[in-house]
Amino acid sequence: MNIASLSASYLRARPLQTLLSLVLLSLGVATIVLLVLVVAQLEERMGRDARGIDLVVGAKGSPMQLMLAGIYHLDAPTGNIPLESFELLRKNRFVKKAIPLALGDGWKGYRIVGAPKDYIDHYGARFSAGRFYEKTMEAVLGAEVAARTGANVGDKFVGAHGMGGQGEEHGERPYTVVGILSSTGSVLDRLVLTSIDSVWHVHEEHQGPQDDADRKAMEEDREVTVILVQYASPLAAATLPRQINSQSELQAASPAYETARLFRIVGVGVEAMRGFALLLMLAAGLSVFIALYTALEERRYDLAIMRTLGASPRRLFGLLLVEGIVLAVLGAVIGLVVGHGLASVLGAWLASQQQYPVTGLEWRPEELWVLAAALAIGIAAALLPAWRAYRTDVSRTLAQA
Amino acid sequence: MIAVRDLAHRYGGHEPIRIPDWKVAQGERWLVLGPSGCGKTTLLHALAGLVRPSEGEVEVAGENLRRLDGARLDRWRGANVGIVLQAMHLVKHLTVRENLRLAQYLAHAPQDDARIADALEALGVSAKAARRPAELSQGERQRVAVARAVVNRPRVLLADEPTANLDDATAAATIELLADQASRYGATLVVATHDARVKSKFRERLEL
Repeated sequence: MNIASLSASYLRARPLQTLLSLVLLSLGVATIVLLVLVVAQLEERMGRDARGIDLVVGAKGSPMQLMLAGIYHLDAPTGNIPLESFELLRKNRFVKKAIPLALGDGWKGYRIVGAPKDYIDHYGARFSAGRFYEKTMEAVLGAEVAARTGANVGDKFVGAHGMGGQGEEHGERPYTVVGILSSTGSVLDRLVLTSIDSVWHVHEEHQGPQDDADRKAMEEDREVTVILVQYASPLAAATLPRQINSQSELQAASPAYETARLFRIVGVGVEAMRGFALLLMLAAGLSVFIALYTALEERRYDLAIMRTLGASPRRLFGLLLVEGIVLAVLGAVIGLVVGHGLASVLGAWLASQQQYPVTGLEWRPEELWVLAAALAIGIAAALLPAWRAYRTDVSRTLAQA
Repeated sequence: MIAVRDLAHRYGGHEPIRIPDWKVAQGERWLVLGPSGCGKTTLLHALAGLVRPSEGEVEVAGENLRRLDGARLDRWRGANVGIVLQAMHLVKHLTVRENLRLAQYLAHAPQDDARIADALEALGVSAKAARRPAELSQGERQRVAVARAVVNRPRVLLADEPTANLDDATAAATIELLADQASRYGATLVVATHDARVKSKFRERLEL
């Protein structure tokens, strides 16, 4: 027997109250842990996806939409821009790197992105199989696309019009898989990559029978969807966006600014959930307090008898305090497990929706704070009952028996 | 073994309860007799160090209890005193064996199952070791309470009204049980009672 087993025996002696305290505490901890995991992983992944991209240039519209579509491939693009604006931008002295992307089609819910090799190099991706596309209608699959579709090098597939891939199929122009990327933990994992030429090709074919004059006209009208820009110098930040935005067809969005704005908007919901979780944890504290405090009356003789058996008042104080601590630790551990479990379930669901992935198999330093908070609540809730136990007037209690 | 000098204790604004000077030798068995409210329980609690008397000195097992501070007094009590109470209060969600183990744990004594088994055996309740108090008869509960009081082999065994609410036969048996247990461990026994039926059980009597 020791203080922990003795405390635990008292907790077992009132199973319903113990259960209530544990449920409240673990729900609070689980909610906070889930938020911590999701927000941190989202911020980290979005940061990774946007690393080295100072500006997204595309058609006029909502700058946040442009960023979501151009960098994260989450939203629909704002429209297309003429290819010549890419040529102009590339030559701009403020621009170190400009990567054009052509969007439009999807396959099994994954986006087909027309991009030069720079795009793959930007994220430092390596090939786990095959090679880079060299000819029109060759495609490279991101790691997640390959894993979830089971496609291999040499397989053929047809893209469907529209980002979700549920639109009309371009049946007459199949792509051939020539390479598969190894996982980068970036947006590339969720993309089907091909040359910009291929994207143009598919859409020009789609226009129906053409003669040479038609083709020439179409070539002159070629467009891209977004251009990812890296500044040549910090000075560019002050000048380049203004330069671009003054052109009637183009707009420039800063990922840093738009991401911060996005998190401010989402942040309200996150804060509300965090507040709710804190409320749950405080309710758990109250439940622990009420359970211990009401049990004191019933335990008065137990405590007095313990004193006759040689227990000091400090030991009785410790006994009650340990009950609070045992509840807090149990609740926190259950909450951690449930929080990580929920993150895994959410991650599996998001992955099935081709959305941003989340994993429950990751630990964050912030979780230690959640544990500390749970412990503090358990201790705080037990303090007053423990003090009452400490003050037990053993002689009087026994005389009243 | 026990020496009480000029002992008086005051509860709130009441008249102080005065206890006559008293000496008890090692291994003796005493009855402390008197009507309710005469100070029997106060004397017993003073002997156990559960109450600090307003006046006077109490010496038990070679210790002047006034000289022991809180924690040392608690430790001393755990090591030297066994107490049997009228209510026979056992911790109800612990088994009989665990109740005895609790006594060892709280007295900082080694947790010794053999000693627990021996104490239960001596009181004829070893078959109930795994039972909880609610599953025992009143007589069995009392035996377990006695076993708990003697499991740490105390030098002084104190019993406060151990026979109240018991029928004649059980009351007589209880006094014998306490006497047996005290002599088994060589403990000095003090029984406080107002029960006329047990008056003649011991030769040594303190009338309050």
